Amino acid sequence: MKKALTASATAVGGVLLVLAPWLVDDYTLSTVSRMLSLGMLAVSVTIMTGWCGLPTLGQTAPYAVGAYTAATLARAGLTIGPVQLILAALAAAAFSAVVGVAVVRTRGVVFLMATLAVGELAAAAAARWKAVTGGTDGLLSIPAALPFWGAEPLIDDSAVYTYVLACAAVVTVAVALALRSRAGMLLAASRDNEARMRASGHPVTGYMFAAYAAAGAVAGVGGALLVTGQRYVSPQDVGFEIAALVLLAVTIAGTKSLAGGIAAVAVVVAVREWAAASVPGHGPLLLGLLFIASVYLLANGRPRVRWVRTMLGKAGPG
Amino acid sequence: MTEMMTEILAAQGVSRRFRTTLAVDRVDFCLGAGARHAVIGPNGAGKSTLLNLLTGNLRPNTGHIRLDGRDVTRRTPAGRARLGLARTFQTPAVFDSLSTLDNMLAAAWHGNRSRAGQARQGLEAIGLGAHTGHLAGALSHGQRRLLEIAMALAGKPRALLLDEPAAGLGDTDLERLVGCLHGLPDGIAVLLVEHNQDVVTAIAHRVTVLHQGRILATGTPEEIKNNPQVADIYLGKETTTPHATT
Repeated sequence: MKKALTASATAVGGVLLVLAPWLVDDYTLSTVSRMLSLGMLAVSVTIMTGWCGLPTLGQTAPYAVGAYTAATLARAGLTIGPVQLILAALAAAAFSAVVGVAVVRTRGVVFLMATLAVGELAAAAAARWKAVTGGTDGLLSIPAALPFWGAEPLIDDSAVYTYVLACAAVVTVAVALALRSRAGMLLAASRDNEARMRASGHPVTGYMFAAYAAAGAVAGVGGALLVTGQRYVSPQDVGFEIAALVLLAVTIAGTKSLAGGIAAVAVVVAVREWAAASVPGHGPLLLGLLFIASVYLLANGRPRVRWVRTMLGKAGPG
Repeated sequence: MTEMMTEILAAQGVSRRFRTTLAVDRVDFCLGAGARHAVIGPNGAGKSTLLNLLTGNLRPNTGHIRLDGRDVTRRTPAGRARLGLARTFQTPAVFDSLSTLDNMLAAAWHGNRSRAGQARQGLEAIGLGAHTGHLAGALSHGQRRLLEIAMALAGKPRALLLDEPAAGLGDTDLERLVGCLHGLPDGIAVLLVEHNQDVVTAIAHRVTVLHQGRILATGTPEEIKNNPQVADIYLGKETTTPHATT
């Protein structure tokens, strides 16, 4: 029953995303493009937090690597979107592999703090390495990407959105298939009981390293899609605030659901950018209320129907 | 403490100190093929420390550990497991979010021995054949204990080390556990760290008594039962026969 509900909600969400160019205005479309880019970051955080059991605040680092790689390639004249995407993913995976050598040996709060440090260092580097990143001004006027060789550049909001949606869908499905495979089973087993895995002869640290590099690649794709969508990138796009919001979203979604993580990111961005606009200066308050409400009303990303009924029953007459 | 069969697992002069406490003190130990060997002793005697030294979860301060004639003192638990050393833990260590079948497949993953058919057979052998699709987290304590033993065996080990497998089991589950241990392949060497004397008597051919990190006595269960030193020091002077959870 729960699986059927989840599948139905995912299908409805997918259909709405496909129909979005006909349903909403250009501004909303570009916002949803940005949500999808952050959705890839959420998928990356879900791999580490939900499947490896390692909550992270540092996936914005490979996200930044992917974004700046795509931007640099585009400014150098390589405007083929899929090529940008692949190279951004590879660069982010390579970055994660280098960092991962040290990071994946830690667990729990130490891992969280280590990844926070990685994220902060990456954001600081983006702000100071002017020659490559443009410093705090960021990289502007990035040429539009081409969806494939010989195609028209992606300038129209609707075309950009369609391209971003297609790429995000392909990556999400690929990650979902990988997590449904034996690789996902081994990650889940390592999360459940690391000592048992080691006692069975599994190189758990190796699995975590591979997952960290793969999650980095997914974040890199997100970064590249961000650049394709908004055609500029700055340190504000890859800072701590983004890392915290995405971890918040993934936590709301129950940490294991890819589609749930993407949907939760959309909700968080919507609250921050639309709902908060009607009560200026109270964005963080709204996000705090959202988080508190999700803690009480959701369990692993699903509604606590029984708890809500009980509370309503208690509050009701008699 | 030696077995007359082909050596599978051996410890030579192994010691382990925790700050000022010498938990295991120059223990020599040998487990042969097909051995059924129990280690007993009061709480704090060093039983679990010895087991953790053998499996690589702890490093010895002195001494060496051999597995199949190979020095594995510096090998990790995973490295020793890949060489054929399996273990269970005091608290059943299973993968709660996976089905029992996936638990078996994950446990047997290394060495390409993860055939679903074999995994199902393993589950049937311990009476969990009807639970292949159930989440391990939903099983009873006794079922989780048996599942963990089946998982340890899924990798086709040369030696199996069991850390208090009878702890927390009711009579029915105890019966099932003893049946399961009796059904282990003949060639596998079994080391049993256990408090439950009935289980020790039912399974072990030889028993070693540890006291304050040292080997106090080694012999058949009957010899240990009649050993006055064991009765005096391990069981307490007021007790005359070794029994149960001392």
